[in-house]
Amino acid sequence: MAQANIELLTPASRAEIDTWVAKYPPERKQSAVMAALRIAQDQNAGWLTTELMDAVAAYLGMTPIAVYEVATFYSMYQLEPVGRHKINVCTNISCLLRGSEDVVKHLQQRLGIKLGETTADGRYTLKEVECLGACVNAPVAQIARQYYEQLTPELIDRIIDGLE
Amino acid sequence: MANDVCFRTLHLEQPWTLDSYRSVGGYSVWEKILKEKTAPDSIIAELKTSALRGRGGAGFPTGLKWSFMPRNVEGQKYVVCNSDEGEPGTCKDRDILRYNPHQLVEGMAIAGYTMGASKGYNYIRGEFWEPYERFQAAIEEARAAGLLGRNIMGSGIDFDIDVHLGAGAYVCGEETALLESLEGKKGQPRFKPPFPASYGLYGRPTTINNTESLASVPVILQHGGQWFLELGKPNNGGTKLFSVSGHVNKPGNYEVPMGLPFADLLELAGGVWKGHKLKAVIPGGSSTPVLPAEIAMGMTMDYDSISKAGSMLGAGSVIVMDETTCMVGVLARLSHFYFEESCGQCTPCREGTGWLARMVHRIEHGEGRQEDLDLLVQAASQIEGHTICALGDAAAMPVKSFIKHYRDEFQYHIDHKKCMV
Ligand SMILES: Cc1cc2nc3c(=O)[nH]c(=O)nc-3n(C[C@H](O)[C@H](O)[C@H](O)COP(=O)(O)O)c2cc1C
Ligand code: SF4
Ligand code: FES
Repeated sequence: MAQANIELLTPASRAEIDTWVAKYPPERKQSAVMAALRIAQDQNAGWLTTELMDAVAAYLGMTPIAVYEVATFYSMYQLEPVGRHKINVCTNISCLLRGSEDVVKHLQQRLGIKLGETTADGRYTLKEVECLGACVNAPVAQIARQYYEQLTPELIDRIIDGLE
Repeated sequence: MANDVCFRTLHLEQPWTLDSYRSVGGYSVWEKILKEKTAPDSIIAELKTSALRGRGGAGFPTGLKWSFMPRNVEGQKYVVCNSDEGEPGTCKDRDILRYNPHQLVEGMAIAGYTMGASKGYNYIRGEFWEPYERFQAAIEEARAAGLLGRNIMGSGIDFDIDVHLGAGAYVCGEETALLESLEGKKGQPRFKPPFPASYGLYGRPTTINNTESLASVPVILQHGGQWFLELGKPNNGGTKLFSVSGHVNKPGNYEVPMGLPFADLLELAGGVWKGHKLKAVIPGGSSTPVLPAEIAMGMTMDYDSISKAGSMLGAGSVIVMDETTCMVGVLARLSHFYFEESCGQCTPCREGTGWLARMVHRIEHGEGRQEDLDLLVQAASQIEGHTICALGDAAAMPVKSFIKHYRDEFQYHIDHKKCMV
């Protein structure tokens, strides 16, 4: 196996990972793997390559397989390229009762893609997600770190128009 | 409304700041403990008097849970707060983190002192970035004010808190899966025993409590266990945050006394929308059994009454459905959720949730067979009680309750290949 290249993680990423490592006992660096994967993903247009995961493993002194296990278990890690804007739409019960089906329909029409797909220009990915924990403001979607609540078709249009 | 406990800063401008929190008496309990070295047993006794029960879903008495932590074990112990909040219908902890984060900091500090733990982690679901930033800012404010850290205010007491962010997995709300995740592994629940109080985070004694449980503690100790108890009713002390979602005019998080009639809570939430009739209520989050309107209208909002009505208070997540709701469609969505979120460790849950999801989907889409309803109930029963964690039960309970109360709707879907509503 080729030597993992820690340099794939930018100095800024490594510095940020260090702040997370510091939260746990010194011999428990592995606890920072979830933060490290998030940081690595953010520096790479929103998805994780095998090389990046290997770099995280080397940086935290973990085996690559232990890192892959984590990366594949949690839904917020992307193991394939995604659009510049990943639109996560909740379709769970409270959102369903408040019209998430119409939200999905509108987004699909507007973007010309189905759930789980990315537009040809690589700008948008549409993803169905489980309850986002904002149910009293349903229907809800998340783009990057931001929640968008009480969605209507007009609001969705304004949000998309506002994305670069 | 009674914003007496977790929402007691809500009326203030910028309720999340240290100044706001101080203005309602915040940190007075922590400072008193630091000064007087209050006996841990008396804190636990006060919690027992208060009848505070775990707000994360299981309703286990918090005082009793704290008494399980071993006193004479040397070395590191941990307090862990569960802010994973992933049960569909639940969104109250998010508002505690956003609007009253210092009260959670104080609650965790008191828990740490009482159980001899010098370190606390708050596990916040990864999607909750804004709540995380609010809580992190509160930690930093508290540190700067000398309320967290080493030898706090010269008391000889150490306590500090860090956040661990999740990355999208409902099962991590289960307390032992949460510990695995905190250790940097996939979130697969552990076999119990051993329980976390003896073998928890990094194998050390650990107590895990829900955000709302911990945030209630400072107020209980400030005003007394009896005061809290009397806000609610015997065995169901205090106020409770109810997330009321679905077909109501004013969905929202409402902090009200335990024992409030469901009808009053519904009215607070503006009543059923569009002048429609109430059809069904899921009282405690998607994992708790659904109740038809007639039964729900007769219950009060507390553990005992909802359990007598045939369901559970759970996390206090009240999902309201009006007469236009297709119960088959709702169950199909819920069954899909449990199938997606099963960690795959136990065969009955991994295979069973897939079975349930596929069968309900089939019925919804007019491809159901006559024998399917009995098969569904059977499949659900085979999961229940045969798994490592309660996610299996959580998948089974909606199926059984939906079919019990709305069998004719499922039958109609099978017979006519379409919906009756
Ligand atoms: C599948 C599953 C998901 C859970 N999710 C949560 C959650 O998001 N938040 C929570 O506090 N408890 C959750 N629980 C309950 C926890 O295991 C645990 O009982 C609780 O955090 C204990 O705190 P409490 O006694 O203060 O309620 C979940 C349990 C299961 C089985
Ligand atoms: S019941 Fe399901 S979620 Fe829980 S441990 Fe077993 S497989 Fe995993
Ligand atoms: S069901 Fe959509 S946010 Fe909870």
